Amino acid sequence: MEITAGDWFSEPQNWVFLVFALLMVGSAIQVVTNRNVVHAVLFLVVTLIGSAALFLLLGAEFVAWTVVLISIGAVVVLFLFGIMITRAPMGRDVGLDHARRWPAALIALALFTLMSASMTSLFENQALGERVVRTGDLGESIFERFVIPFEVVSVLLLAALIGSIVLARRDPSEEEQP
Amino acid sequence: MTISQFAILASALFSIGVYGVLARRNAVMVLLSVELMLASVSINLVAFGSYWQDLAFSGQIFALFVIAVAAAEVGVGLAIILLIFRNRQSANVDELDLMKW
Repeated sequence: MEITAGDWFSEPQNWVFLVFALLMVGSAIQVVTNRNVVHAVLFLVVTLIGSAALFLLLGAEFVAWTVVLISIGAVVVLFLFGIMITRAPMGRDVGLDHARRWPAALIALALFTLMSASMTSLFENQALGERVVRTGDLGESIFERFVIPFEVVSVLLLAALIGSIVLARRDPSEEEQP
Repeated sequence: MTISQFAILASALFSIGVYGVLARRNAVMVLLSVELMLASVSINLVAFGSYWQDLAFSGQIFALFVIAVAAAEVGVGLAIILLIFRNRQSANVDELDLMKW
């Protein structure tokens, strides 16, 4: 189903999308350019809240709440811990970015042009389905069709847990030495 | 809602993440940019899942997998950064040139 520009702007969902998209892009730019490390992490929270709102808009409720719980709740706290442990400067820091960041900006711009141009030329204005996915159906699908990948992800999480403890823990034999 | 608007937003977020990975010098900030890229990928997965109307909800399930893998990646990545910081008193990626010939 093709959608024209007039149809697009008359849908209230699209205005909600536009507000959250602008918010997300603005805060994502702040994440990569802000000189204050803690502020950059807090702007990542804004971006993730925007993505959770878009998931709600797409009818993916369980994914939205998972983003809120895991990404905003746990990962961001982990980042703040990481910043505090590595004693990154908490205030403004001039040396946080490379001196030559124009090549990086150029690469990012070229990548954006390439990806968005190829996506829009391939899919044009085809409409998305409007369907709210119930969490129960999602769970049935995970435990019936995707049960092997699910188990693999659990093993991966366990391996990551053990690996990060082994890496970050101080060796007891090292501490005995003066 | 069209598929293109989500694809354009996701590619914008992904490119911003690529810029962050290339331009930041602090290793924690590089991981933060990687997190941004993973968020954009999961937006794409959910949008295309809604587009295909897949009965197994593959898009959303793979978005959940991406979130789980992102959590594991952050845990291991921060542990490695912590170890590097403990050995070298710095988390600056420019100074990690041991493998440079």
